[in-house]
Amino acid sequence: MREKELAAFLQNYKGRPLKLMEVCGTHTSALYRTGLRQLLPETVTLVSGPGCPVCVTPTSYIDKLVEYAFTPGCRVMTFGDMLAVPGSKMSLAEARDQGGAADFFYAPEDVLEKAKTHSDTTFILAAVGFETTAPVWATVIKTAADRQIKNVKFLTALKTMPQALAFLCSRGKIDGFLCPGHVAVITGSEPFEQLAETYSETMVIGGFSQPLLLRAMVRLVLESSREQAGLWNEYPSVVKRSGNPAAQKIVDEIFEAGDAVWRGTGRLPGSGLYIKEKYKSFDAGSRGLNEDRIPPGCLCSRIVLGDALPAQCPHFGKRCTPEHPVGACMVSSEGTCCITLRESGTK
Amino acid sequence: MKIALRHGAGGEETSKLIHDIFAAHFQNEILNKMEDAAVLPEFKGIPVFTSDSFVVEPLFFPGGDIGKLSVCGTVNDLACMGAKPLYLTASFILETGMDSETLEKVAASMAATAEEAGVKIVAGDTKVVEGNGGVYINTAGIGVRPAACSISAANLKPGDAIILTGTLGDHHATILTQRLQMETSLQSDCAPLNNMVQAVLDAGIDIHTIRDITRGGLATVAAELAEASGCRINLEEEKLPVSVAVQGLSGILGLDPLTMGNEGKMLLAVPKDEAEKALAVLKKTKYGKHAVIAGEVVEGTGVFLLTVLGSYRKVLPLRGEGLPRIC
Repeated sequence: MREKELAAFLQNYKGRPLKLMEVCGTHTSALYRTGLRQLLPETVTLVSGPGCPVCVTPTSYIDKLVEYAFTPGCRVMTFGDMLAVPGSKMSLAEARDQGGAADFFYAPEDVLEKAKTHSDTTFILAAVGFETTAPVWATVIKTAADRQIKNVKFLTALKTMPQALAFLCSRGKIDGFLCPGHVAVITGSEPFEQLAETYSETMVIGGFSQPLLLRAMVRLVLESSREQAGLWNEYPSVVKRSGNPAAQKIVDEIFEAGDAVWRGTGRLPGSGLYIKEKYKSFDAGSRGLNEDRIPPGCLCSRIVLGDALPAQCPHFGKRCTPEHPVGACMVSSEGTCCITLRESGTK
Repeated sequence: MKIALRHGAGGEETSKLIHDIFAAHFQNEILNKMEDAAVLPEFKGIPVFTSDSFVVEPLFFPGGDIGKLSVCGTVNDLACMGAKPLYLTASFILETGMDSETLEKVAASMAATAEEAGVKIVAGDTKVVEGNGGVYINTAGIGVRPAACSISAANLKPGDAIILTGTLGDHHATILTQRLQMETSLQSDCAPLNNMVQAVLDAGIDIHTIRDITRGGLATVAAELAEASGCRINLEEEKLPVSVAVQGLSGILGLDPLTMGNEGKMLLAVPKDEAEKALAVLKKTKYGKHAVIAGEVVEGTGVFLLTVLGSYRKVLPLRGEGLPRIC
């Protein structure tokens, strides 16, 4: 019954109008799946943030992968989602249709095995993600180094969340943030605490199951309606203050922070992770991929900032669908437009 | 004995394999004649005909095996059309290196399942290809239904109740845990459901639609039915039957029982005023003990779930490949 009481609180909220942001793509999806988004009254606007790694990757990164796909002796390997992301000329899937060498993997470590048996091919791995996937990539690079596998290289587009959140907080348009639970497992709650303090912001770290997400949303609406600044950790079973030290250690060993371009926000200082000098022979040229050419009319860059809703884009559901995406937010199963198009619709 | 290419060459070895394994287990007066094709007695009723292929990996799993699956799959497809299954064919593509004892176990399992379902395996074929000891099976099946029967995917009507005959996702979860080499108490629900369907039909209930909840799970099946019938299906989250084991596994692996497949569960749509009676009949059958009324058909389009929080959310069919080779 307690759950229904909490749900009723959200449903009947009549306080000041709130604009809240869920930062993580998995939250975007979970909010629909649990029926929580559908409960919210008109006074609460929920916008999605830059929490889908594929959606915030600039086009020059895709273009570089496409270039590798057409380079004799090279084969590009990515997570499945990445194949369909449009570059400035074409996606990797289109490159493959035109004879380019691009393929997807289920687990990046599988590519190391493949590399051993195909010594005449250089495998270019597209290492995209946030703090949650960075430890995986660090481990793969470390393994490749330890085993002296020379024919794998990594084109990285790894990003860190606190800097993007700082940018969003500095714009002051959001009343409260649902912070990414999985990222916080790795980073700990501390970086979010600091952000909440610096920007006097309401922040809640939430989990992903219905009961956890419900608690987090109630907390977020309650505290932001009172304009209470601070961080509430509503995912304490797995999010500790200092995070996961083992994951942080391997990331520190392989990567260092540097500036990165995010679709929508432009260059954010210190928000990227790049392969350190010691392992640079594994870097396929990841720095300086800053150009971002967005197709005409596409609102992705405003959608990832919460400045526009998917339905406001002229291409949404018309020219731009998960089968034929125009913008990156329609590609990934974590992308706001893809999720909204598939899941929206209530009574 | 290991299966080799010569066992599929059509010569002496093929004959011996058929005689020792298939004929020994499947025997009946039609098959025993060993003609090029089975000559069947005259039917009374409308013939219903289907075919299905089975490629499951692993071949044996808790609660079943590829042989049992190959009979259940075709029998259940016939039952979904309100037909009484009568005869099956069974064709085998064997990979070299297969143990004849393994094949014998598969054949014995098919024979036992066919007997339970009351069908005869009356014709078949065997080929051997190079490989690693695997087997693929195709079964085709023929059954009959009364001329007046109108059970169809396109026959949902607003006002129908949606009945589920048991818990969701059991087969899918079992195959997945076997592949991941996890030890669990999970069992596949693989079963022939024709006797269960017959019991409901015999009770005089006007079944509008039946669909077995296989690959893609309830979400996909319900979406197909809603589209075919031009109606909307509302399911209730609180009523969806999911075992504790499947619930736990889904939680850990991030799966949704709504898109996980079964091999022994069905969705039935019946007029609301007959739903309780249908439920009572189902609960008395071997495979329908946990049947529930889990939703209704209304005007509109799509499939929606009334969440435990009281909101409606869209139920999406499985997208992408899901878990391959579960049947």
